[in-house]
Amino acid sequence: MIRDITLGQYYQAESPIHHLDPRTKLISTMLYIVSLFLMKNFIGYIVVLVFLGTVIKISQVPLKFILKGMKAIFMLLLITVFFNLVLTPGDTAISFWIINITWQGIRTAAFMAARLALLIVGTSLMTLTTTPNNLTDGLESLLGPLKKIKVPVHEISMMMSIALRFIPILLEETDKIMKAQIARGADFESGNLIKKIKSLVPLLVPLFISAFRRANDLAMAMEARCYRGGEHRTKMKPLAYHKQDVYALILVVVYMIACAVVGRILVLV
Amino acid sequence: MGIIKTDKLTFEYIRRDEEGNVEGITKAVDEVSLDIKPGDFAAILGSNGSGKSTLAKHMNAILYPTEGTIWVDGQDTTDEEYLWDIRQKAGMVFQNPDNQIIGQIVEEDVGFGPENMGIPTKEIWDRVEESLKAVGMYEFRKHSPNKLSGGQKQRVSIAGVIAMHPKCIILDEPTAMLDPSGRKEVIRAVRALNDVEGVTVILITHYMEEIIHANKVFVMDKGHVAMEGTPREIFSRVEELKALRLDVPQVTLLAYELKKAGVELPDGILTTEELLGALNLSK
Repeated sequence: MIRDITLGQYYQAESPIHHLDPRTKLISTMLYIVSLFLMKNFIGYIVVLVFLGTVIKISQVPLKFILKGMKAIFMLLLITVFFNLVLTPGDTAISFWIINITWQGIRTAAFMAARLALLIVGTSLMTLTTTPNNLTDGLESLLGPLKKIKVPVHEISMMMSIALRFIPILLEETDKIMKAQIARGADFESGNLIKKIKSLVPLLVPLFISAFRRANDLAMAMEARCYRGGEHRTKMKPLAYHKQDVYALILVVVYMIACAVVGRILVLV
Repeated sequence: MGIIKTDKLTFEYIRRDEEGNVEGITKAVDEVSLDIKPGDFAAILGSNGSGKSTLAKHMNAILYPTEGTIWVDGQDTTDEEYLWDIRQKAGMVFQNPDNQIIGQIVEEDVGFGPENMGIPTKEIWDRVEESLKAVGMYEFRKHSPNKLSGGQKQRVSIAGVIAMHPKCIILDEPTAMLDPSGRKEVIRAVRALNDVEGVTVILITHYMEEIIHANKVFVMDKGHVAMEGTPREIFSRVEELKALRLDVPQVTLLAYELKKAGVELPDGILTTEELLGALNLSK
């Protein structure tokens, strides 16, 4: 059951989006997020939808796969809609009991829901088309300037990629310990919430001990293979911008201008 | 001077109780002197707690001797200037295959060592290809290590060490966590490296079967080198091995018992074929 959790899920395909440099995708995603917050009216979202639809089409990731990721934030979406509906002051549309829904509330709720949904779809598209390793490499490179103010950028990205490597191993281990404890009479299923949380102790203690042991082993293995931090290190797969990255960035800039025009200026006219 | 030479190497663990007071001192390695020549296939044999892993960790400058000296390719490991040289020259493969693979793709893991050494990108790729081919894992280069069997993971770890072009490889119980077929796989890969590429191999193990192909065997007990010689010499001393809680291979044991019962046989029989030959039973 634990195995069903997918983290940093990546959808394997050979699309132009997959082949973009991770930095291009990171920058584009940032710009995309900014563009969503530029919008002041619904017409702007048409531009976003067209853009997003085209990118999804090119990326060859099935729409169903992307929408599956939406399930996780469905509750969050509902809560946002609810509070916006109830708490926005303005002209009353529907009123019953102590709840007072306004026209402005309906509009804001719909607006916020659309923004949130587009935000999640857009950003998940990045993780779906970039391998976790590539992503950490991209982050390391983009955050490079922070090294000047002593931010351990290389170490952070190394930690991230090691964490990603060990997620499946630790999940497997959790499964194993769980079975071992069940065989010894542990009960993880019944009881109220507090009892359930308490029953996790015999699972977590051995898991942590084993994780520390693994970390110790891994550190030794890394040192034995001459690891000494980011300095003097070369890359087996260095990041390099290609022609398509330039095209992609130009496209994103064009999209940003379109967003700014449609989303903000058009309102004034 | 050999590639690895130790002179009265001693390493002490300080045992502490819960308050941190010194309870006692354990000598894990006690005045060990050995000399391993380039091209050797040396095996270090010993039961649990005999100090064989502690000794191995000295060869890669992970641990430093309390007393005595160890030289790797003529360099004293306590000399910090040579630390990275030594780690590159003496590659180390550990017991648990999961805890020493860093990359998320086989080829990235093999490239990790050369990356750390600052090798140019193009040469890293050449080295990765060459070392994966040497252990027969080239067709798995794009796989995730999590999907490989134990024996395959261990071969990837070996490739990761070879890619650093070491002068010798130290394998610290590489087969302890593997099933019999995985064990054979790994030992075959190690032998090929020694035979074909001429890499010096130091195999640390407690499986007797694995030392048959070695040309030098050291048997360790309580931190000392208890026996030293060729596999044949070692295996002819069955009683001593038993006293050191080591399992003698079945064939050797059978030949030994037959000989004791009066059958005329040479000492230290290592393989079934050899025994059959000696008994004139071969097909």
